[in-house]
Amino acid sequence: MPDPLLVFDLILAAAVVGLALGALLVRDAFAGVLLFVVFGLLSALAWVRLAAPDVALAEAAIGTGLTGALLLKTLHHLRGDLAAWQSPPVAAASVPSALRWTNAALAILIVAGLGWAILGSPLRTTGLELLVADALPHSGVENPVTAVLLNFRAYDTLMEVVVLLAAVIVVWQIERGLDRRPAPDLGPVWQGFARLTLPAAAIVGVYLLWAGADAPGGAFQGGAILAATGLLVLLGGLYRPDPAHRPVARLLFVLGTVAFAGIALLVAAGSRVSFEYPQDQAKALILLIEGLLTISIAVTLMALFHGREPAAQHREIRHER
Amino acid sequence: MIALIGMALIGAGTLFFIAGTVGLLRFPDLYCQLHALTKADGLGLALIGLGAALLSGSVGDIARIALICAFAALSGATCGHLIARHARRAGQEDADA
Repeated sequence: MPDPLLVFDLILAAAVVGLALGALLVRDAFAGVLLFVVFGLLSALAWVRLAAPDVALAEAAIGTGLTGALLLKTLHHLRGDLAAWQSPPVAAASVPSALRWTNAALAILIVAGLGWAILGSPLRTTGLELLVADALPHSGVENPVTAVLLNFRAYDTLMEVVVLLAAVIVVWQIERGLDRRPAPDLGPVWQGFARLTLPAAAIVGVYLLWAGADAPGGAFQGGAILAATGLLVLLGGLYRPDPAHRPVARLLFVLGTVAFAGIALLVAAGSRVSFEYPQDQAKALILLIEGLLTISIAVTLMALFHGREPAAQHREIRHER
Repeated sequence: MIALIGMALIGAGTLFFIAGTVGLLRFPDLYCQLHALTKADGLGLALIGLGAALLSGSVGDIARIALICAFAALSGATCGHLIARHARRAGQEDADA
């Protein structure tokens, strides 16, 4: 007898593909963003169906919630005014046909390569699952995903954090200045909503970080939810970025990366490989790294949403001839 | 018996969601659409939550479901309010005007 949820899975898969196509093909950028958000929610559901709750959490919190907020903010920034929700139809771009064909050829090459890799891979193997399960007692945590991310393959995670750091540095280089407009007045209903959800969301974020040791959760998911509380705070004008806060912000941006890399190097000093935590301190070290990473991730995502370095511009730059 | 009631509640909840979606697609202006969507979805969500709570049986699960329902209802209602408020300020008329 087939799995009774098979029909559900098929509909879900079709919906995910359909939404992805819609998000790519729709002309209106706002509709595209909304389709992308729904696409992210459904793919989080798909990850749940694939028994990967860690990925589902990350997809829902970062891939959908925060990325959606960043995309909407970018759109608002590009259009300049919220009143212009209806964008003019995009003019047909004049891309040289040679470029188009090259792009198409490259895309087909990539798809063919992926297909070849998938079809050529052995079926029904356990992958690295057994190796991870064997080594789990040495990792200091009980959740295999956290063990892989923070211990066995910590390099990958370090690089992910560096990517985030690079993003915020670039954003601060591109745009500076103070937001002189008053915070948008969202009304008393929204204020009540924020008052109720802010503490709850903060608790959920910290809980996800803590739960990451033996259940789905971790620094990225917790950080994303804390960043979402930060977004609420920014949107409500409860906190306004100020030039005087920049040193603290910079410190918080690099905190996670520095602690992560620093601990790796310190561990390496004691005749070990970097990231080879001593077994009895592994849990404490991983928790320390994850805690600092969470702070950095949350503050960085918040700064990315704000989208500019809060620098006072005293002088106008003049181009003298 | 309890399982049957739970499933019936979930079924009734999905009906409300379908009604809300039909309203979203069929109603003439933004305010009517919001009216259909937020009210029907709020009720549908509560029914589905109740059904799921009956099916789950453990106290921890019921508490989680209650929390999820409470926050989803809260954010749904607030979102509806914000959209309507924004549309009002941006000068969007309703269909009768």
